[in-house]
Amino acid sequence: MHHYPTTGRKVFLAVNSVFLLVVALLCLLPIINILAVSLSSSAAAATGKVGLWPIDFTISSYKFVGGRHEFFTSFFISVKRVLIGVPINMLLTILIAYPLSKEAARFRLRGVFVWFFLITILFNGGLIPWYMTIKQTGILDSIWALILPGAVPVFNCILLLNFFRELPKELEEAAIMDGAGHWTTLWKLFVPISVPAIATLTLFSIVGHWNSWFDGLILMNKPQDYPLQSYLQTVIVKFDSTLLNSVSSDQVKMLSQISNKTTQAAQIFIAALPILIVYPLLQRYFISGIVLGSVKG
Amino acid sequence: MSRQWRLELPLLIMLLPGTILVLIYSYGPMLGIVIAFEKFIPSKGMFGSKWIGLDNFRQLLDIPNFFQVFWNTVFIAVMKIIAGLIVPMVFALLLNEVRHTLFKRGIQTLVYLPHFLSWVILSGILIDILSPNDGFVNNLLKTFGMEPVFFLGDPHWFPYTLIISDVWKEFGFGTIIYLAALTGIDPTLYEAAVMDGAGRWRQTFHITLPGIRSVAVLLTVLSLGNVLNAGFDQVFNLYSPVVYETGDIIDTLVYRTGLIDAQYGLATAVGLIKSVISFTLIVLSYRLAYRFANYRIF
Repeated sequence: MHHYPTTGRKVFLAVNSVFLLVVALLCLLPIINILAVSLSSSAAAATGKVGLWPIDFTISSYKFVGGRHEFFTSFFISVKRVLIGVPINMLLTILIAYPLSKEAARFRLRGVFVWFFLITILFNGGLIPWYMTIKQTGILDSIWALILPGAVPVFNCILLLNFFRELPKELEEAAIMDGAGHWTTLWKLFVPISVPAIATLTLFSIVGHWNSWFDGLILMNKPQDYPLQSYLQTVIVKFDSTLLNSVSSDQVKMLSQISNKTTQAAQIFIAALPILIVYPLLQRYFISGIVLGSVKG
Repeated sequence: MSRQWRLELPLLIMLLPGTILVLIYSYGPMLGIVIAFEKFIPSKGMFGSKWIGLDNFRQLLDIPNFFQVFWNTVFIAVMKIIAGLIVPMVFALLLNEVRHTLFKRGIQTLVYLPHFLSWVILSGILIDILSPNDGFVNNLLKTFGMEPVFFLGDPHWFPYTLIISDVWKEFGFGTIIYLAALTGIDPTLYEAAVMDGAGRWRQTFHITLPGIRSVAVLLTVLSLGNVLNAGFDQVFNLYSPVVYETGDIIDTLVYRTGLIDAQYGLATAVGLIKSVISFTLIVLSYRLAYRFANYRIF
């Protein structure tokens, strides 16, 4: 039986498609705008007339950023942070999710450990005790201050353990029959068939490390140790919000803002670029990954 | 050692590194809560500083605008929660009407994107496009003959700017769960409804909405725990002293009192109150979720 859409239905579908497209573009346009500003001349950017296409196309702002030593230092600190932090996050996530995915009968301390980890998302000591603890462990001002305090992503552990529990029991039983121990079962069986979930969590971990700015800001005393987002926080957000406070149209201030606008746009775009590259690659995994890990029948 | 323990030993070894790190960096700060009851002096340390009982909590009432800050937090958080529940649901319903897979997936890819960008980057963009003098949005308003709005510098507009920009960042990502719930609805229900002569609206009201009701209830209940989380990252990156009146939230207050003014005991006391209330709400919401939606975290 075939249903021919009515006129009303056709109109709805057309209007709906246009609406969805407009909303979707609203999510992308600010990023295109910042790219366009970064590729425009300072004068054009200052008038605020740059929309989605550069005016007086120039790459001078990128050249200027390229010549900024601090920008690249912090960029590479962020890269280093991702390269060390993400494998540690993932290793710990897998090592925690596997035991906790066992039934209580096979792992008698399961309940104790589940609560031990779960409590840390429900309750925390707050900002000052957190800072003091990190200070006392003596890792302040080192890359480890950005990695160790968040090394165990408990939320990701829960997503992965739910994913593990959905796997067919027969697979594991077969592996045990063949004489596989826990380590073999984990690495040779669970991890390979959990690629979608692990890819999803890897994306989350990369994004988390790349986007973190607050820890860098307060755990690093020397600005030259800031990761990229902390550096940007100080040069873009702080700088501009102080300008917002004194809305005097002082000529000198205006000038500094004008020459800064395109440079800042370039820095914002470069900082967003790794996410813009990684996201589409891992995107196809994450929908099923999240859904399987969070909503259960 | 018994056979059972020998089987469980590898599991314990697997948990060891994570357990140590969590003990230090999550349970350590929980011990640090003693600072809230001390006149904390960093050089004397957590256990050497003078014990002053509840003085920090009494002093808390002297913080100018403490209740205003509390109210700001709840207001901003609740508005974000409500908008964050409705907008993704409506968007998912509309997206679900689309049959063209490629178009649908393209839309999804675009709307999920802002979720993955940091508030530092988005603030950089927002500060630029919302600027009252030469920002893109205000230029647009001016071409329509409207007065420019100082979105980030006007205490009246600031909270709404926060709410709308948060919805903009997160609605796409929130859509995922609803889309999953929608695909879970039995298609034969729709076929039966069509046989009975139900139009699109009737199908929506009698099949689609009841089909996603349990997910909506679940998300509503779980969001209860976030009533004191108005979004530190966003507020910190967008606010300035001119909008403290309506934009200052508990987390930003703790940051300024603790790390800027070095009133460690006081800031920890504020943080503790927030943690205790949040903890109570989360436990309550998980219990409700278990009772009404049969939801368990693991």
